[in-house]
Amino acid sequence: MSNVDLSVQVGTLKFRNPVLLASGTVGYGNEISEFTDLNKIGGIVTKSLSLKPRKGNPPQRIVETPAGMLNAIGLANVGVEVFLKEKIPFLKQYDVPLICNIAASTVEEYVECTRILTSEDTIKGFEINVSCPNVKEGGLQFGNDVKAVGNITEKVKAVTNKPVIIKLSPNVSYISEFARVVKDSGGDAVSAINTLVGTAFNIYSRKPKIHNVSGGLSGPAIKPVALAKVLEIRQNVDIPIIGIGGIMTWKDVVEFMIAGASAIQLGTVNFINPSASKEILEGLENYCTSQGIEQLSELTGSYKI
Amino acid sequence: MVTIKALVEKTVELDNQIFLLKIKSPEIAHSIKPGQFLNIKVSETIYPLLRRPFSVCDVEDDFFYIMFNVFGEGTKILARKHFGDELDVLGPLGNGFNLNGNYDTAVIVAGGLGAAPFPYFIKSLGGDKKIFSFIGGRTYRDVITHGMKNISIATDDGSLGYKGNVVELLNENIELLKSQKLKIFACGPNAMLRALKNFCIKNNFECEVSTESSMACGFGICQGCPIESTKNPDKYLLVCKDGPVFNVKDIII
Repeated sequence: MSNVDLSVQVGTLKFRNPVLLASGTVGYGNEISEFTDLNKIGGIVTKSLSLKPRKGNPPQRIVETPAGMLNAIGLANVGVEVFLKEKIPFLKQYDVPLICNIAASTVEEYVECTRILTSEDTIKGFEINVSCPNVKEGGLQFGNDVKAVGNITEKVKAVTNKPVIIKLSPNVSYISEFARVVKDSGGDAVSAINTLVGTAFNIYSRKPKIHNVSGGLSGPAIKPVALAKVLEIRQNVDIPIIGIGGIMTWKDVVEFMIAGASAIQLGTVNFINPSASKEILEGLENYCTSQGIEQLSELTGSYKI
Repeated sequence: MVTIKALVEKTVELDNQIFLLKIKSPEIAHSIKPGQFLNIKVSETIYPLLRRPFSVCDVEDDFFYIMFNVFGEGTKILARKHFGDELDVLGPLGNGFNLNGNYDTAVIVAGGLGAAPFPYFIKSLGGDKKIFSFIGGRTYRDVITHGMKNISIATDDGSLGYKGNVVELLNENIELLKSQKLKIFACGPNAMLRALKNFCIKNNFECEVSTESSMACGFGICQGCPIESTKNPDKYLLVCKDGPVFNVKDIII
């Protein structure tokens, strides 16, 4: 047995290791459980849940780009009621911290979803997807509006005692301003980053390759951007960060932690290598052993600049 | 459903730039059903990043075959694979064709690369049923007859066989078809499947179609491959998990 302590803490949330599975890349856990032992990973973040079921966008929803992919799934999900009734029983079988990701079209919907879900014991915290169009403000994304992000954080915190993590959009000039408003509004942590807005065209038909015209870029292509955003937050705001963006290997995890992440999430890699977490955890342990690191959490923000 | 490292046995180019890749994997060869598919990582690097879905074309002992044409970066790399090269294969995935049922004649309808799943399909029927294969393409170059039986061909430009599309060719043979206790099994472009659906509804033929979609994961987590359901307009079906083979009446093509 190794003596390395892989456990990490994100605010008051404790995880046995820093490897969480990102929202929208593992559904509600059942498919990925055929490849990954959910009892071994740090935590799992559900697909974005909205108050009512959402059908999502018509095809084409995804397209591959160099070292990445664009997606415009359109927040297809079963809605909170079905989630509680049909998806929670499966997740209950596992000893894995469950974080519910919430998507909404109004501030009230974020609050209502959280209020309904917070009484379920299995749910250990919430991650708020603010990269959703605000229907009352002409479809402008909440995540691009500092005041709206502060408002959502404060109102959601008011209806739950559980930790609230805000998943920040990278499509802003200064992400640290958003992290600051989350902290000042009582938020417990931030996830950084959500996908970058991108598009791709078919040069013969001259049509966009995805139905929604633009989509969210993810995968290794965005890793340098994500690292820079994590570092920017770390250098400016004292708030725990969950790093996300193109992580494929244990080396990427180490890099995110050095830049300031307390934990990380695996996203696109789950589509390609659904048992990636196992290899990543082994790699992290070996790295710590070879580097004489007793506690992996020592890495967080240990950059030498 | 497993992820395995499988070894390439050989790559064969058929005469019209269509490739057959023979891959060794007892796990997959002994469990996969006709119409199911595999999601294959063609390189160890991040370019191309995603796996590529291929329906199983044929099975022989511990080997399975996939059929493809060189379309993009992924298939360009695949076409260059040699004996002993390793491939990362995820599968078997999805639901295959339902070979059971009250029919004596299996009518295969294939458009272009839609021919891919049928060699194994025909082998799996095992001689119990009569088989008619109707194969279509835009020109003679698109017509793939590999592993097919009792073949009739249609090309849009008339360069081979009947001049017209494959569903028009079915219509030409309607009396023959109506005299059979048949079930139709099809794979091909959406335009063909749409026309075929109308043809089957009009003539009250039972029909299963294998559909195609872009996808990332192949097993339900990316939600990238929706297809409209006739039964529930509020919820998409997923090509990877609910399909890729559907009863033609269950989907809107």
